[in-house]
Amino acid sequence: MSSILVQVIVGGLLLGAVYALFSSGLTLIWGMMNIINFAHGDFVMLGMYVAFVIWTLFGAGPIVGAPVAVLVLATLGIIVYFGLIRSIMKGPMLAQILGTFGLALLLRYAVFWWFGANFLSLPENIVGGTYDVFGIRIQASRLLAGVVALIVTGGLHVLLTRTTLGSKMLAVAEDSAAAQLMGIRPDSMQAIAWAIAAGVTGIAGALIATFFYIVPTVGETLGIVAFVTVSLGGFGSVPGALVAGLLIGVIESLSAYWIGAVYKDIVVYSLFLCFLWFRPQGLMGKA
Amino acid sequence: MGKDAMRRLLWPLVALVIAIAYPFLFSTPFEQRLGALVLLYAIAASAWNIVGGYAGQVSVGHVVFFGCGAYAAMGAYAHFALSPLVGIPVGIIVSVAIAAVIGVPTLRLSGHYFSMATIAVAELVRLIVTNTDYLGAGVGLSGPTVPRNVFDLSFVSALPYYYLFLAVLVLTLGITWWMADSRMGFYLRAIRDSERAARSLGARASRVKLYAFMLSAGLTSVGGTLYATMFGFVDPDSGLGILISVKMLIMAALGGAGLLFGPLVGAAILVPLEEISNNLLGGKGAGLTFVLYGAIIVLIARFQPGGILTLINRLWTRRSKPPETQAAAGAVHAP
Repeated sequence: MSSILVQVIVGGLLLGAVYALFSSGLTLIWGMMNIINFAHGDFVMLGMYVAFVIWTLFGAGPIVGAPVAVLVLATLGIIVYFGLIRSIMKGPMLAQILGTFGLALLLRYAVFWWFGANFLSLPENIVGGTYDVFGIRIQASRLLAGVVALIVTGGLHVLLTRTTLGSKMLAVAEDSAAAQLMGIRPDSMQAIAWAIAAGVTGIAGALIATFFYIVPTVGETLGIVAFVTVSLGGFGSVPGALVAGLLIGVIESLSAYWIGAVYKDIVVYSLFLCFLWFRPQGLMGKA
Repeated sequence: MGKDAMRRLLWPLVALVIAIAYPFLFSTPFEQRLGALVLLYAIAASAWNIVGGYAGQVSVGHVVFFGCGAYAAMGAYAHFALSPLVGIPVGIIVSVAIAAVIGVPTLRLSGHYFSMATIAVAELVRLIVTNTDYLGAGVGLSGPTVPRNVFDLSFVSALPYYYLFLAVLVLTLGITWWMADSRMGFYLRAIRDSERAARSLGARASRVKLYAFMLSAGLTSVGGTLYATMFGFVDPDSGLGILISVKMLIMAALGGAGLLFGPLVGAAILVPLEEISNNLLGGKGAGLTFVLYGAIIVLIARFQPGGILTLINRLWTRRSKPPETQAAAGAVHAP
C-alpha cells in the first residue's frame, strides 16, 4: 500500500472518530427516548462557533474552547429537554419531528443572522504543525481531535455500562414506569441524557473546528452524517456508533481521494439508502 | 342529509368565490403576484399534507419532488425546445419513482427512519444536480424568455398564473378530499391513530402509506413545474434547497396538518408575512425570516400540533355545544 493511501485512511479514521463522538449522543437519545434530534448536527455547529468565539475573544485554542463548548451545549441540552422534549415526547409523531426540526432551523438561522453566511476558520496552526510518522503526514489538529474523540466515546461507553448512573439511565430506557417504582426519577435521567448528548456535540464541535470550515449550514451535513452513523451502527448502541463512525470517516476519505472531494457526501448518502433497503437494523443491530 | 351537505360545502364555496374575486379587488401587480404565490405554496403544502398530515409520515425532503417538476419543465425547454408543460408528466413519473425508492424500505419502519431518509435523499439529489452539467450544475436551467406560444406559459402579468394556480389548487384539494373520503382515507386515519391496531384489523399499513406518499410526490411535482414556469428558471437553491421543504411543512402545520384547508390557511398567513419581511428588511431579513419560521414550528409542536384550524374548531365547538359533550368533542379533534 502506498504511503498516500495509508495517509488517507489514517485521516479518515481520525475524522471518523469525531463523527463517532457526536453520533453517540444522537444514538443515546434515540435509544433512551425513541426520539430523533433533528437539531443534533446544529448542536455540533454551535460547538464550532463557541470555539471560534473563544478564540477571537481570548485567543485560546480548543483546550479552553472544548470545556466551554461542553458547558454551553450541556446547558442548552437541559433547557431543550425541559422546554420542548418533555412535552412533545408524549405527543404525536408530527409534533416530535416538527419540534426538533424547528429547533434546528431556529439555531441555524440565528447563527446565520448573527455571524453571516461567510465561511470562517480557526488559524491552521492553532494546535501545532504537522507530524511526519514513517512518511505519513498527520496534522496535529486532526490527531488531537481523533484521539480525544476516541477517549471520550470510550468514556461514554464505560459510563453507560459500568456505573450506577449508566444503569439507572438504562433502566429508564428499558421501562420508565418500572424504573420509577425502583426509586429512579425518569425525568432527571432523561435530562442528564440530554445534557450528555448535547455536551459531546460541544466537544466534537470544538475539536472539528480546528480543521473544518465553520459555516451556519454545516449542521445539516453533519446531522445527516450522524443519521447515517446511527442507522449503520444500530439503534442506541455506542460501540456501534464508534465502528460506524470510523467506517464512514474512511469511506469519505477514500471516495474523496479516488473520485473527488465533491462526491464524498454523495457516496455516504447513497450508502445510507442502501442500508435502509437491505439492512435497516444496522451493522450490529439485531433483526 | 341535504342540509348537512350544504353546510359542508358552504365554506369551501365562499372561499372559492373570494379566491376568484381577489384579483379584481386587489389589482396592483404586487397584490396579484402575492395572490398567485399564496396559491402556489398552497398547492405544494396541500400535496405535502397528504403524506405528512393524513398519513402522519413527516417528510422533511419534499423539495426533491418539487425540484423534479421544476427541472423537468425547464429541461424540456432547454434541451428539447418543448413546452414546459411537458414537465408535468415527466416530473410526476420521476417523483413517483423516487417516492417508491424512499418509501418501500422506510415506511415499514418507525416514522423516524422515513424522515431521516427523506432529508438524506433531498440532499443527495441536490448534490448530484449541482454536479451535473446537463442539469445546469450550480447555475440552473432557464425557461423561454420570449414566449413562442401560449403553451410556453410565459406571461408578463401574474393574472394568468393566478387562475392557473387556482385551478390546480382546486384539483389538488379535490383529489385530497376524494382520497380522505375513500377507503384509503379511513385506513390512513386508523393507521395514524394506532398503526398496530389498524394492522391487526387488516389494513395493509405500509402499502397504504406508500400510496399516499406517491400521490403526494406526484402532486408536489406539479407544484414545482408551475413554480418554474412562473419564475422562468430553476437552480439548486430555488428548486432543491431544504428551505422549500421547510415552507411546505410549516404552512401545512401552521394551518392544520391533516385538515383539507389547513395548508391554504397556512400559506395565506405566511406568504404575505415573508414578502413583507423581505421588503422591509432586505437581504438581511432572510436569516430573520427563517429564525421566525423555526420558532413558529417549535411553538406549534410544543403547544398546538393540530394547527390554527384545529384550535378554531375546538373553540367553536366549546362555544356552540352544551358543556357535557365537550370531552367527546375534544377527543374527536385531538390530533
